[in-house]
Amino acid sequence: MSVEQVAVLGVGMHPWGKWGRNFVEYGVAAARDALADAGVDWRDVGFVAGADTMRNGYPGYVAGATFAQALGWTGVPVTSAYGACASGAMALEAARQRILSGMCDVALVVGADTTPKGFLKPNAGERTDDPDWLRFRLLGATNPTYFALYARRRVDLYGATPEDFARVKVKNSRHGAANPYARFAKEVGIDDVLASPLVASPLRLLDICATSDGGAAVVLTSMDYARRHAGSDPLVRVAAISTVTPTFPNTVIEMPNFATDSAAGLPVPDRTFKQAIGDAAYAQAGLGPDDVDVAEVYDLSTALELDWYEDLGFCAPGEAEGLVRDGVTELGGQLPVNPSGGLACFGEAVPAQALAQVCELTWQLRGTAGDRQAGSPHVGITANQGLFGHGSSVIVTR
Amino acid sequence: MPERRPVVEGWFTTPTDGTPPALIGTRCTESGTYFFPPERVASRAPGFLDSRLEEVELSRTGRLWSYTDAQYQPPEPYVPVTDPHEAFCIAAVELEAEQLVVMGQVVAGVSVDDLQIGMEMELVVDTLDATTDADGSTIENLIWKWKPVSHGGAS
Repeated sequence: MSVEQVAVLGVGMHPWGKWGRNFVEYGVAAARDALADAGVDWRDVGFVAGADTMRNGYPGYVAGATFAQALGWTGVPVTSAYGACASGAMALEAARQRILSGMCDVALVVGADTTPKGFLKPNAGERTDDPDWLRFRLLGATNPTYFALYARRRVDLYGATPEDFARVKVKNSRHGAANPYARFAKEVGIDDVLASPLVASPLRLLDICATSDGGAAVVLTSMDYARRHAGSDPLVRVAAISTVTPTFPNTVIEMPNFATDSAAGLPVPDRTFKQAIGDAAYAQAGLGPDDVDVAEVYDLSTALELDWYEDLGFCAPGEAEGLVRDGVTELGGQLPVNPSGGLACFGEAVPAQALAQVCELTWQLRGTAGDRQAGSPHVGITANQGLFGHGSSVIVTR
Repeated sequence: MPERRPVVEGWFTTPTDGTPPALIGTRCTESGTYFFPPERVASRAPGFLDSRLEEVELSRTGRLWSYTDAQYQPPEPYVPVTDPHEAFCIAAVELEAEQLVVMGQVVAGVSVDDLQIGMEMELVVDTLDATTDADGSTIENLIWKWKPVSHGGAS
């Protein structure tokens, strides 16, 4: 079974960095590029979906309206979506539904962020009923704490080594060096990673992604509209958007919680939450892991990229280190992963990130990714996860 | 003597009669599912919203599911306990009977080199930090922590 498709007619990004300017500026720049790429006049956009940022005051909570106003009010209906790192996929899904229901032909999806320095931390105040506040107050558990708990299991269960993790960073840094939108353009070696300070054992500074400013935008249209307006590049379609939540009992510790569900009462689901994210996308698209030519996965840490290989079905549990070692997921390999350079080269700009993944896969499928072109792919998948139980996976095809 | 007080109410016991402390959870009486932190609104086991939730003390020991450390001082609302920051470990421990994993800091004096997935860990109540109350008095905040069963040190 596969669902009805929509087209990605245009994509655009503002370069990632630590620019320190208003997030709206990055969103507008990305939106202008996406509209120009699509050949669509802003006044013809029938729906705007904004991916929210929580760190930039009220305009960030109403991102859809913020971007619509910045581009010039046209009366266009808006929505604003928040699902942490998965916000972009939620906004994209809102736009897809609007198009598939026949309520509009053209939708603009925008996400942008301006981030503070250092660890991401909870909003201020004394909030003893907010697990995101409590994990810092009671445990001192930062985001890298969680990344490290997962990484440690790869070390103890599969024999992963610091060099295995470092190879992921080395690969992604090589990819990102060819990406004008990436923040970190410097290639790093295994020794650089191993020489960087430990943050949360076994992860070192260069195993963990930074936080960045950035913006990304996608113009989605109905297939009919796209056929009438498409240029000479191959037409990229959205074959699936997965926004699943966990199934109880979720037995893997999930940020920002500090306990899992209990499996003492009800049976544990066959698939973990992260496995279910990709599964739902494959089911929508009527495709499977063997069909995938290129992937953009959420490498919050080097070890997490390896987890995704297994959760997306690229290999069996414990085999992901081998894929990197053998160059399978490198540009030129059988299944390039993170040809953009991934978070390793971008750093995380939360609400823009799921959309940036779609931008990259669109360029890859069109064959316009330049020095980081991953062959001639027909099917690409993204994977991403937002805290508080937000799955995000998009499959694009041509 | 500063007042010693659990940093969060109703999540763990602090016995004064010498019996060991325990985490407090709730149990969905119909599905048999446990919750920690104690769920008091309704059972989150799908289909059991109307089930009764009873308060229970959770197993005091479990197996180490995973672990890490905090080499850098976490941001607020974490309260620093030393200046400069000293790394501390964080453990995720799986309780066998309840089949759930609970995170906690590891007692001082334990490094990641002392830890291994699968090892037995026990629950202790220990000092988290010290803060100042509204009236200016010092409060010693108590928290649950994990300690390797084979390890001496804090209790």
